[in-house]
Formats: sequence, structure tokens, C-alpha cells
Amino acid sequence: MKFGVIVFPGSNCDHDAWYAVSRNLGRPAEFIWHDSASLGDVDAVILPGGFSYGDYLRCGAIAKFSRVMAAVRKFAAGGGLVIGICNGFQILVETGLLPGALVRNRSLRFICKPVALRVETADSPFTSAATKGQILTMPIAHGEGCYYADERTLDELEAEDRVAFRYVDNPNGSLRDIAGILNRERNVLGMMPHPERATEPLMGSADGLAVFQSMAAALATKS
Amino acid sequence: MSVITPELIQQHQLSESEYRKIVELLGREPTYTELGIFSVMWSEHCSYKSSRLHLKKLPTRSRLVLQGPGENAGIIDIGGGYAIAFKIESHNHPSFIEPFQGAATGVGGILRDIFTMGARPLAVLDSLRFGPLDDPVNGSRNARILKGVVEGIAHYGNCFGVPTVGGECLFESGYDGNPLVNVFALGVFKKDEIFYARASGVGNPVIYVGAKTGRDGIHGASMASAEFTEESQQKRPNVQVGDPFMEKLLLEACLEAMRTGAIVGIQDMGAAGLTCSTCEMGSRGGTGIEIELDLVPQRAAGMTPYEIMLSESQERMLLVAEKGREQEVFAVFRKWGLDAVTIGHVTGDGLLRVRHHGEVVAEIPNRDLADEAPLYDRPHVPPGPPAPAREIPPGDPARDLRALLASGDICSKRWIWEQYDYMVRTNTVAGPGGDAAIIRIKETGTSVAMALDGNGRYTRLAPREGAKLAVAENCRNLATVGALPVAATNCLNFGNPERPEIMGQLVEAIEGMGEACRFFETPITGGNVSLYNETLGEAIFPTPVLGIVGLLKTEMPITPDFKKPGRAVMLLGGLGTTDALHFGGTEYVKVILKDLWGLPPALDMEYEKRVHDAMREIAAEGLAESAHDLSDGGLAVAAAESSFGPSGTGAELDLESGMRAEFLLFHEGPSRILISTARPERVAAIAARHGVEAPRIGTTVEGRLRIRNYGQTLADQAIIELKDIWEHALEDHLRG
Repeated sequence: MKFGVIVFPGSNCDHDAWYAVSRNLGRPAEFIWHDSASLGDVDAVILPGGFSYGDYLRCGAIAKFSRVMAAVRKFAAGGGLVIGICNGFQILVETGLLPGALVRNRSLRFICKPVALRVETADSPFTSAATKGQILTMPIAHGEGCYYADERTLDELEAEDRVAFRYVDNPNGSLRDIAGILNRERNVLGMMPHPERATEPLMGSADGLAVFQSMAAALATKS
Repeated sequence: MSVITPELIQQHQLSESEYRKIVELLGREPTYTELGIFSVMWSEHCSYKSSRLHLKKLPTRSRLVLQGPGENAGIIDIGGGYAIAFKIESHNHPSFIEPFQGAATGVGGILRDIFTMGARPLAVLDSLRFGPLDDPVNGSRNARILKGVVEGIAHYGNCFGVPTVGGECLFESGYDGNPLVNVFALGVFKKDEIFYARASGVGNPVIYVGAKTGRDGIHGASMASAEFTEESQQKRPNVQVGDPFMEKLLLEACLEAMRTGAIVGIQDMGAAGLTCSTCEMGSRGGTGIEIELDLVPQRAAGMTPYEIMLSESQERMLLVAEKGREQEVFAVFRKWGLDAVTIGHVTGDGLLRVRHHGEVVAEIPNRDLADEAPLYDRPHVPPGPPAPAREIPPGDPARDLRALLASGDICSKRWIWEQYDYMVRTNTVAGPGGDAAIIRIKETGTSVAMALDGNGRYTRLAPREGAKLAVAENCRNLATVGALPVAATNCLNFGNPERPEIMGQLVEAIEGMGEACRFFETPITGGNVSLYNETLGEAIFPTPVLGIVGLLKTEMPITPDFKKPGRAVMLLGGLGTTDALHFGGTEYVKVILKDLWGLPPALDMEYEKRVHDAMREIAAEGLAESAHDLSDGGLAVAAAESSFGPSGTGAELDLESGMRAEFLLFHEGPSRILISTARPERVAAIAARHGVEAPRIGTTVEGRLRIRNYGQTLADQAIIELKDIWEHALEDHLRG
């Protein structure tokens, strides 16, 4: 079982994701350069946080065109596990792998702080290690994390049990308090909070480990 | 070729005697380009011509210092084969003219200083000072500057991916037209993989990497060396524009290129850009450098040699590689999508030779530029006698405490630091809001604590004592989290050194700092001097800011907040003492009486150090459930702040002191740390062994802060009310 962490120019949580998986989860992880046409032999993909290509345009708008994203799309279509964290979530919505958009925080300011998340479904390869209704604490750190989608899409997400996490105390104005969503096939998750920054007590919380443990469990059953 | 007229010399802020020295060194009149080159290298900002003489008085060595002043950053051995590089820089002048970009490029500049040496930046802290937000005339402008500066720091640091883990933010009307933005950065590397800014090996290629050169920031260094006048807004084009994404690429590419082993020396292009990097690298290496400006990547068409040499475009580096291995270096920069071109080579003649279209436009001995800058022993006068104490009317302690908690200096700075990503890289053990920030070093299993502090009011009253108090407080902050201070970096923000009273402040402050740093064994490994902080003849308070780093084990941090009811509250160091004269620099006098007089609190360094030693021992035994040092606002404010943690635990303090209530609650005598503990006898025993008072002054309780003296209640309030005031004051001020 191997995790791949995509590195775009401007990714800055790539190392944190690698560290969380390889040290705190204890599973192998490797970096994949944005220019690669192939994902190699990885079993799960992490799109990490940061400012891909500077994000001077809409966040994630350029990353969408990178060579590696074509491979990620194919990987996802084949049922591979893909998690996009923060900038990774932004890239997933830009790519169309997840619906909706992430717009500027309601405060119009960057916000960095630990927040409480409610697990809305345990029925996914990213949340199976948690229970529905469980509260997890992990940090957010973003300027454009306000989840937005039209009413129909929001209704659909709820009807199909695709809202993975909600904020207990909405920090950024996200519609319906949404912090993380799944694709219809439930193998792609995008979330603004940073589970990789909450994987040991020294970081202030180890709650984020549940996300990676869920992924590891899903991969173990697969193989 | 332009003729050098007296007006031109004056415009370049060179004195007649400085110009004569240039002519003497060259043996001829300088060209226009050479005049520009000399003017930036000999500016106060680059040459330290007013301060150099006195900076020599600072201690710079210790067993752990691997690199002292004179390089891009100081370096300390942290054991386990690793080292840290750290330094502080000011970006005061640009931040006034253009707050967002001024602050952003301040962060960018100091980050380059760190990774130029091969270290990966792990933490940034900022020391900020603005004019008061409630000033009837300038309040809204001050608020705008603050917002711009904070946004600029956030923009740059967050995108680059370095956590901003702490700092300070204070207000004083002296900073109205002259805010202070001092940025500290720290990075880590293996101690045998340090890179220096030296050009060696005759024939080796000189390679330019990073962003293209534009017309921005020309004469930024000179601007930073002059007072502000009403025309200063016209200097907006002198401020550079930062691109943190480019800097992130530059970081990764430089560190990767360094691993090829093909790089001989490297320096960032900061103040004075290409000029400074070429002549300093040559001077340090004892070599010459010849460059052809046609080869320099340029953003604008038709740039003159003068403009190219003096541009302060950001995110650029100059490096010297081993001849024949250029392609290895180029390959790395190509991978990261960056320009990297050979623009010249190292020579053996010691000259900086600049060609443009093949023609020599400047030819100056590197040493003359970098090391032969004028050195001034400017006249200085000692500070006058202290202003006598004024009468202190009896206050209402509970009301005064609320007023202090709502004041700009003391209120929570959460509104600021929540805009900074203070956790990226997952090393932040203790982030903003505590006495000291702590980051762990994953590679060594140990941690580094950092404190950043200065006190302009104290230094204004007595520069020597003020500087000593700043050192003491920084070291106390570190001790409070259990760290041992090992080294310091300083940023000296002062007014116009050509005025003897200002120069007097500078000299006294440096001497005081030197004495204290020697005493606390925290050598100064580098830093920055920012002079001419004046607007329309009004100087700032003299503000020496120190960043001190300490070492400690990696473990769950000691934080300021009380954790559980029923714990003993102890005041390590004791209640201290004051008189009206030494009370005049306190926040109480500033906020409640709107005054300033007398002298700063008296400091006994011997006692202070014993308090630190005792605190470290208490920390090492895991006895302190919370620890918070007493500083601005004294005991009452420290007790309130300790009550603002997530647990909602407050305290009942029962004091027995003959001091009047205002002194007892709000005096700022140093050498004191407020602790809560489950084992007061053990804490008392440790304190006694170090010869330090540690009275048990109360007990933690649920939800209230009550302070009594000999049974008389001085303050009694619900924590939630106090916390609400403290938490929201800054936002309220900013909303104005």
C-alpha cells in the first residue's frame, strides 16, 4: 500500500502530508512531480495544500491543466482513492472531480485556527474509522474556503449522503456548513480542513489520523 | 556620460567628504553608474556607517556560535549535527509608504537571507509598532497601515509556506508617521551543509537566478536611510513588489541546486540588489567579479546600467558555481521554471567590473565598496535627567484592569495572528499568543523557542536600562517555557543619528544590550540597524527589538493559561517593588494617566537569572501546569491573561503587601513569573535553592478572577466578561 503526494510548484503542505502518512500513520508515501504523466504504483493520491502555481488566478485554476492531473482524473475514474486537502480541494472542484466552488471567506481574511468538524457519514473510505456525528478537531488555514454550490447541487449532496464533514461553528461562510464532500462514487474526497496537521498530540490534535486510517483500511480490503 | 554635479551628489545622499573619498579611492571622478553604486553601498542601510563603531561593543561569540555577524544570518549549533540560521530585519520605511508590499517584501527579504545559507525557513515572527488606532487625527490611517502590514505578512508567509508563529504589536503616537515592521526568520540545516556568500575560484561563473530585473525599488536602500518628509509618498515606486510564489520556487530550487555540490557561494539580492551581492561576495572572497549587464534577465526594455545595478526587484539570487558544472545548476532551475543565466565570472583582480554592451561602465575595487565605507563617530550626548514623577491619583483597580485589557498594547492580537498560517510544516509546538513560540526540529528531536521583544517606552526613559530590560524579558519569556537562551539577533530602530541626542540613545542602548547579552550569555549573531525613523522632524521612541532563541526538549509545551481549579498560584520572583519614579513607564501610566515619566522598572540581572534557572528546573520536573511572565500591565494583567484559556479557570489571589493598590497590581518590575502548580512545596523548594522568592499568592478557581490585599477586595470579576473585553478590543479599535 503506497500513498502518493502530488507536488505542484507552490504546494507547501506536501511535506506535511508525507510526514503524516509515513511517520504518524506508518505507511509508505512518495512525492509525485506535477509534470509526471503517470502516478507510478501508488494506491492513493493526496493533493496537498498550498498555493499551486501561486494561485494568482482562481485557486487551482492552473493546476487543473497540469500533466499530473490528467493521470489523477484517470486514476479516480478507475476507482482510486483521491483526497484533496485545502488547495487540493480547490483543485478538485476546478478539475470537475467534485461539484461546487470555493470562494473567499466571508470575513475576506485568511483564517488559521483549529475548528471542530462533525463527521456526517462514516460510509466512505475516508471516514470509516470515525462514527457519524463524531466531532473531530483539526485546523483550517485558508483565504478561500467558503464552499459554494447551487441549491440543487447542495440538495443532491445531502440526498446522496456525500457531505463528509460539516463545521460545528462555521468559520468561513460555507453554505450549509460544508467542510468536505465526496464524489458520487465516494472515492474522491475534498476538504478544506487539514487532517495531516492533526496527526499527533504535539500538533494539538491527533483527530485527523482517522481520515488516513480509514484510507489505509479501505486499501487493505481492496488488495 | 553624465557630469557629476554637486546637486547630483546631494541627490545621492552623499556628503562632500564622502564624494572626495570616492574620488580618492578611484583616483578619478566616478561615472554616473559608479556614483549610484557607491551611494547605495555607502548608505546608512548598507554600510552601518553611524552604528558600526558601537556595534563592535556587542558580544558575538560563544561555544555554539558557528557564524556571527557579517554573513546573511547568524548560525547556532543545536546539536545532533544540525544548526539553525536566524536573523531579524526591518522594513519600516517601505511599510509606511506602501504597507502591504512593504511588509510582504520585508518577509521575503529575510526569508532569502535564511535560505541563501542553505537553511530551510521554519518560522517567522514579527515585531510591529503603529500609531494609536484611537488617535482622533491619525487613527484611521494607522488602522489602514496595520491592516495592510498584517495582510502583507500573511500574503507572503502563507503562500511561501513558512509559519508565522509569534511576535508583538504595540502602539505609540511616535509611530504615527513611522510604523516599525521588524521581521525575524529562522531556518534549519545540517551543520556541514552551510553555504556562504563568498565568490571564490578565479574563472568560476557568476550565475543570476530568479525573477527578472525591473525598475522597481531603485534606491530603496537610500530611501531607508533618510527621514520622511511631505514628499515621501512620491517614493512609492521605490517600494518593491513581492511574489511569494516565485520565492517558494527559488527556495526549493536553491536548496536542490546546493545539493548538486556545484555551488561555491551564493547571496540573495536584497537591498542594493545586484550591486550589493556582487561586491560583497567579491569582497568576502578576496576576489573580483566581472559581469555583463546585457546578460541580466530584464523585465523592462532599455534599462540603463545604473537602473540594472540599483534595482531592488525581489526574488533574485546571485551564485558562483564551479566552472564546468553550470549545466547541473541550470537543470535544477529549469525544473522549477526559473531563469538562470551566467552573467559573468570571478576574477583575480579584486575589482567589480560592470560591462554594458561590452563597454566598462563601472570598475571599483570590491573592498572599497563593501569594507571601506565611511565610518562615523557621530557626536552623542547622554540622556538628560528623568522627568520627575507626577502625582498618581487613587484609581479604581477593577475598572483600571478592564481599561488595560482593552488597550492596544495588551489586548489579544488574535485578529492579527489568525490571518497567519502558524502551523504549516507541522512543527509548531507553541504558536502565537504565548510568551515564546516553540517549533520542533523533526530531524533532531529537539525544539527551538523564540521570543521577540522590545520596549520603546522604557528605552525612551533610559536607553541603557531599556535595552537591558528587553534582553531580560526575552530571556524570561524563553525560561517561562523551559528553554535555555543561547543567542540573539537585534533590530535597532532609532531616529536621525546626526542628532546628538538620538545618537546618544543609540550608543546607550547598544552598550546596555551588550552588557545584558554578555550576562545572559546570548551573543548577538547579526541583525539590522534602522535609522532615520523620523517624519517631519519627529523621531520614534528609540526601539531596540531583540529576537532571542533558546533550546529545549520536544514535549508538550507549558502555556500561560490556568488549567484546573484548586491549583496553587505562585509568583516566582516575588511581588517585587516600585516607587513612583520607576512606575512612570508602565502601561498603567500610559493607559490610565496618559503620561510618561521617570525611569523604567529597576532590573537586577543576577536575580533575574536566578529566576530563569529556577523556572527551567520547575519546567524540567513538569511542575508548572501554567507559566506566564509578568510584563506589560504587571501582576493583574498577567493573572487575567492566565485566566483566558479554554478551560475558563481563573484565580483568587490573596496578597499581603504594603504597596498601594496601583503599584501592587500594575507595576512592571521584572524577574517575575506567574505559575500554577499541583505541587507548591516542590516549587517552593526549587525556588529557595536558587535564592528566589516564590510566595503562594492564591488558588485557581472556576470562572472568576478575584484579587484581595489583606482581605480587601481590589478586583472581582467573571472571567468571561474580562475575556470578552480583551478578545474583542483590537477588532473594535480597527472598526473604529
